Order: sequence, then C-alpha cells, then structure tokens
Amino acid sequence: MINLTINGKKVSVEEGLTILQAAEQMGIRIPTLCYHEAVVAYGACRVCLVEVVRKGWPKMVTACNYPVQENIEVNTNNEKVIKIRKLVVELLLARCPEVKEIKDLAEELGIKEIRFKKKNDKCILCGLCVRVCEEKMGITAIGSINRGTIRDVATPYNDNSDVCIGCGACASICPTGAIKIEDVGDIRTIDKWNTKVKLRKCETCGKYYAPVPQLDSLKGKTSVTEESFKMCMDCRRKKLENTMINAKKSKY
Amino acid sequence: MIKKLKNRTDLENLKESILKKKDKKKHCIIVSSGTCGQTSGSEKVIEKFKDEIKKQDMGKQVELKVTGCHGFCEVEPVALIQPEGIFYQKLKAEDVPEIISETIVKGKVIEKLLYSDTETGKKIPYEKDIPFYKKQSRIIFGNNVLIDPTSIDDYIGIGGYEALGKVLFKMKPEEVIEEVKKSGLRGRGGGGFPTGKKWGFCRQAEGDVRYVICNADEGDPGAYMDRSLLEGNPHSVLEGMIIGAYAIGSSEGYVYIRAEYPLALKNLEKAISQAEGYGLLGKNILGSDFNFRVKITRGGGAFVCGESTALMASIEGRVGEPRAKYVHTIESGLRDKPTNLNNVETWANVPMIISRGAGWYAKIGTQKSKGTKIFSLVGKIKNTGLVEVPMGMTLREIIYDIGGGIPGGKKFKAVQTGGPSGGCIPEELIDLPVDFERLAEAGSMMGSGGMIIMDEDNCMVDVAKYFVDFLREESCGKCVPCREGLENMYNILAGITEGRGKEEDIGLLKELSEVLSEGALCALGTTAANPVMSTLRYFPEEYESHIRDKKCPAGVCKELVLYSIIEEKCNGCGLCRKKCPAKAISGEPKKVHVINQAECIKCRQCFEVCRFGAVKIE
Repeated sequence: MINLTINGKKVSVEEGLTILQAAEQMGIRIPTLCYHEAVVAYGACRVCLVEVVRKGWPKMVTACNYPVQENIEVNTNNEKVIKIRKLVVELLLARCPEVKEIKDLAEELGIKEIRFKKKNDKCILCGLCVRVCEEKMGITAIGSINRGTIRDVATPYNDNSDVCIGCGACASICPTGAIKIEDVGDIRTIDKWNTKVKLRKCETCGKYYAPVPQLDSLKGKTSVTEESFKMCMDCRRKKLENTMINAKKSKY
Repeated sequence: MIKKLKNRTDLENLKESILKKKDKKKHCIIVSSGTCGQTSGSEKVIEKFKDEIKKQDMGKQVELKVTGCHGFCEVEPVALIQPEGIFYQKLKAEDVPEIISETIVKGKVIEKLLYSDTETGKKIPYEKDIPFYKKQSRIIFGNNVLIDPTSIDDYIGIGGYEALGKVLFKMKPEEVIEEVKKSGLRGRGGGGFPTGKKWGFCRQAEGDVRYVICNADEGDPGAYMDRSLLEGNPHSVLEGMIIGAYAIGSSEGYVYIRAEYPLALKNLEKAISQAEGYGLLGKNILGSDFNFRVKITRGGGAFVCGESTALMASIEGRVGEPRAKYVHTIESGLRDKPTNLNNVETWANVPMIISRGAGWYAKIGTQKSKGTKIFSLVGKIKNTGLVEVPMGMTLREIIYDIGGGIPGGKKFKAVQTGGPSGGCIPEELIDLPVDFERLAEAGSMMGSGGMIIMDEDNCMVDVAKYFVDFLREESCGKCVPCREGLENMYNILAGITEGRGKEEDIGLLKELSEVLSEGALCALGTTAANPVMSTLRYFPEEYESHIRDKKCPAGVCKELVLYSIIEEKCNGCGLCRKKCPAKAISGEPKKVHVINQAECIKCRQCFEVCRFGAVKIE
C-alpha cells in the first residue's frame, strides 16, 4: 500500500493506482476529457492537471497517468490548479465553442467568456478514437496526422480505409460526437474517415445488421458458430429460443 | 584487408604504425570542408589543390587533408598550412596555385589571403593569433582540425579508442560511472542532467535489455554544433557511446540523426563500418567479452523528435510525439526497456574524461557546470561560427572578444540563447557568466547552445513572434496548452505587431505563458513561453510602444512604421528611387525625393541604400 495525502486527507491506496483512481476512491472528482478506463491514459487534454508536492517540490502533473507515490501531497483544486485548469478549458472552448461536453465543463469551472479567437471544431484531439482502434480492436485504421494546430485524426492519406472494420468503436468512445456513422442500405459510412464498409444481410429476416469486415474479423475469435454469423442478433436470439423450447418439449 | 584488433596491444601497435607512416617533414594543407565549408565552395578549392599538387609535382613535399568544420564559418573556405600554422581564409580555387608555389615551395606568406583583425584591420598570419580562436578552449572541437573524419586511422593516430581500451581492461562499469560522475559532466542537449548519475540509474534499472541512444536530432534554428561534430569527428561520438554502453550494461545503441544532415550521416555510417572492421564495435570488442552494436535511425524533420520520448517513439516506428515521463526513460524507454539517451556533444566529451581523468575535466568551468560548451554564434555578429569555451565565460567575452562584436557599428541589444524556446538576455546582463544556472536565472537556458545575437534594428516583439511561430508549427499538437496556447499566443503577438494590440494582451500573454510552462506535456511546451516571458521581462517598453503608441521603436513591424525622406538631408542622388521595388519614390535628379505612402511596401531598401541618412523610419 502507498501512503499519500490528497487535499489534506491522509490516505493509503494500492500500489500501481493513478492519482485519478486514488481520488475517485475518496470520492474526489477530478475532471477529465481524454481519459477512458478502457484504454491507456494519454495525458493530452491536461484537464486533470493537479499539483503534486514531492520531497518539497511542487509540480503540475496529469492525474490520469501519474502513479501514486509514497508521501506525496496532492492538491486537486487549489488556486493554482483551478487557474490553469480554467485556462486549458477556455482554450478548448475557443476551439470547440459548440461542443456540449466542453460547454458543460466550462460552466462547471465558472468560465464566463472566451478571450481567444473562436474556431468551430468538434474534435478536441483527445485521441480516444485512435487508442480504442489500436488497443481494443487491434486494427489501427486511424492515426494522428500533421502537427501543431493543423493536427488531425485520419486514415492514411485520408483515403477510404481498407483495414477499417466499420465497428464504430471510435464513434462510440468519442466524447464530443465528432465522428458520425450512417447506415444506408448495405453501406455504412464513417464520414470523418472517408470510409465506407459493406453491411451483411441477415439470411433470415433480410435486415442489414453488421459490417462484413467486422464479422469476418470476429471469425475464429469467438465460440459463435459460422452459421450464427449469417444472422442478425434478433434472429439469432429467436433461433436460440426455439432451440431451447424444442429441447424442453422433447425432454418431457 | 583490415585486421580485427584482438587486444589493447593490437590497438597500440596500430597507432604506432600509423604515426610511423607519417612524414613529419611534409607540409600539411588542411582544408575545412564541413557543410558550411562546402556551401562556401571548399570542394572546388580541394579539387584545385589536388590538381595543383600533381601539376607542380609536390606530392612528396605536401599532404592535403580534408577535415570537418574548424568553427570559423564567417571566413570559409579556410586552409591551415602546417607545421607553420598559417591561416588562409575566404579561399577561391584561383588562389590555390599561388599557395603551392609561394607558401609551400618558398615559405612565403600570401598577404591578401590573410585574415584581418576586425578592430585594427591588421593582417594576422597565424591561426593561433586570431582573436576568434585565441580565447577558445577547443578541447573537443579542436580535434576536427587534426583528422580526416572518414579515416579511422587518423582518429586512432591522435589517441582515439584508447579510452575505450582503458575502460574495457582496466575499469569496472561502476568505476566508469563514478569517473563520469566525478567529472561533473552534465547533459549538453539542454536539460543539464548529470550524465554519470543518469548512467548509474540506468545501470540499476530492472531489465534484461538496455539501450543507449545518441540524440543527433539537432533542430534549433541557427544551431549546428552537433552536426559539425558528427561530420568532423564521428568516432569521438561512437567511442563515447561504446564506453557508456559498457558502463550501463547495454549491447545495443541507436544514433537518431536528422535526415537533413547528409554529410554527417555519410561520415557516421562510414565510421560505424570502420569501427566494426577493426572490431571496435560488434562482438568481443578488442577481444573482451563486451558486445555492442550501433544502428542509425534517420529522423523525418520534426523538431519535437529531439524530445527523448518522441524520439524513442519515432525509433519504434510510431508517431513522433512525447509521452509523460512520470516513469523515466532510464527505467522504461525504448520498447519499454531501460534506455539512456545523451546528445552528440555529451557523448563526445566522454572519451576525453576517461583518458585525461575526471580531475582534469572538473577543473574546467564553474562550480556546478564543468567542462566546455560549444556555442553557435550567429545573427548580428562579426565572426559567425562555432565556438568552444569553458563554462562560466561571460557573454561579453564570447560576443566581443571571440565574436568580434556587432557589425556595422550598431548597438548590441540582446542575445537569444538555448534555441527557439530559450530566452532573450538584454545588454545589462552582458557580463553574465554562461553556465546552466546563470542562464536559467536570467530567464533563458543553455539548450543545445545556440546564441543568436540581436542589435538595435531587431524588434523584440517581432523576435518573440518569430520563435512562437516556429514553435507553434513544430509543436506536435498532442497537448492543449502547447497546441492551442501557442496558436493563441501567436495570434496575440501578430496583433500587437500589426497595430491591433490591446492593453489586456500583456496579461493574456502572461497567463498563456503560465499555462504553457506549468501545464504542457513535454519540455518543448514547458519552455515554449521563454521568448515571450523574457522579452516581456526585459523589454516591456517595446510592447508598450506597440500597444499604446502603435509604434515599433526598431522600425521593423511594417504596419507600424512610416518611411519618409528628410528634405534637408536629401541631395537627390536618386539611388533610393532606382532601388525601390515598388516604384514608390519619385523625384527629379538633384532635387528632394518623396515617398508615396500609398505605394510604399516598407521593404527598408531605401533606408539601407541611402548614404546621407536622409531616409527616416518612424
């Protein structure tokens, strides 16, 4: 166990936890944007900055990826932390003035005006889409491109991706709704990636139900039979129900 | 056929045979031909020397040695005639026949090719008497003059790889670390972390595999000392790395070098293969049981890849962007293994510390900053070049005694040290001794050693804008303070220089500076505000005149200046009219000329060409 102080309270937590996790256990909220427990912490948005005093030296660190250390003193909301956190959020708000998550956070922090040049972006470049695609799906269809203010997330050369499986994990994890997915007929379009993937038709009901490459990538990785991949979820459930009912009937 | 050296004696014997082969009676013409020399035309001079030596049948009397940069870039191409030490500068191919026939054959000094003192105009025949060199302590860079960088034998001839032999057979790895600690050597890449301490941590870090890396991703505008070291003496860097690897317990190393440094890359590749040929790299080095190999990774031109974690990501084939260093790279770096990274100049210091001793080394420099530092002296300075001085030398000595002062009789205003994220140090601090601590106290940093000199014609707001512009483009854009903060900082500075500055801009700049220095992810971001903070600290009045009076005191910011002709001083020579690219100046010959403000593009041409001081900038 590691002994440390958070906001003046002494606490003993498991080794290997981050400051964010330790604070959470104590019921202390530290705001985050680019953090998601499903993927490796990234430390890019800087919203979770806290002050750590170690051996008498104070410094600002990101709570999401700073591992707890013996005898450190953590301040999650002192004057300096709030000042810097507010400015970080104000900068993000200037970038994305219409994004609800940022607006809410700005309100929570009491930010009343934007003193910087406004843009109208939806993506905050938190990198969650890139990380989930690489770490959880094992695909790496997208990555960050360019540098500085023109940094963006894209497929290689912005081309239609031939490795994207159309799973939609990127859109589902995106905190700002910057990635839109649309299914029309047998085509799924992910606009931000300039990518279209084919959808599979359910052999039973005829509904287009999942991207072909996603289903193909799952083959052999689960205990689901080959047959079941040809059916939508609803039909598969129905089939399973029928099988069970028939089994019961024959038993008695 | 190159024979592998199987033990220390083999190395000693090789050195002896190399020295024996040398004909000491021969003259040696040393031509510096680094990238700076080549762009000044050194290759043509070298070709001519080759032809002329053949033509005048002087092959037996004279040896031609092509070396890396000697540091005095201002007067390239240069030739040093040994053993006399005669220094010829700004050479052209047509000067060559005379050098052979007069200096080599007759022993005469050719007056017109000599360097003349910038103060007195007096011709100086010998290199040792030239002020630029006189005050330097070229313990590292001086070897560039002695060796052909493509010849490992040249390096061995001056005692190269002896330090390696010493550590492999006479010292335990811990003793090597102790020696480097005692020397007081600190990282020359910018951070200034004690090198021996770093090595010690890395050796103790848990892990079966350890890496050493040489950071040769020198990206600061105006800084090129690492390039010149790799071009001119690649073996010293390699030897340092091998010694470091032995001390740390690593068998694999990388040199991460900018692809924009073709000559350095070429010389380094050659040096690695030569060292492998002699068995100084590879398996069982010098017959010991120590194995070490070095690979080269070429950088793709991103400034941020000079940051250690971004550099390691780039070697791994990932996007070159930094990550948090809460777990240090010495514990978990390249491929999550303990990794020790030092820059080119740091590695080049190592062999010397081992062979001459930590005690000797620690005597050079100040209490906390030991040894020498190579600076690239550029900007508004008479003697542009690379200078190596002991730590603690004052800015005044570097700028005036070595650099020769400011050209054109202009007044010194500030020196920007430490690369784009360094700070501007004003004239009142010119007696500041240059070491890690003093520069940091003054709001700047050592960085990799860039020194950009500025004079009265530089606008400090414009200077801050220039560096912020560089950094916002080079920021990887991963973290919000650096990506959004620098962009907004640039917008504000651009507004100020274009006459749209507001009173509250200063406060906003200070707030942004704080969020950068406290909240950015990597050192690029945390130091990026230095140019703004230091100019705000030392030149607040310049910001004020831009914002309040809408005036640029240095006359640089185009939107804030007006060019006009002073009637009493204009004699109607017409030179300004002829030179004006916008045809904005009119006037009859020998009559007062006038600038049409609507047409004027404020290019400064008229001001520069007028010999009567008749053009006014306000």
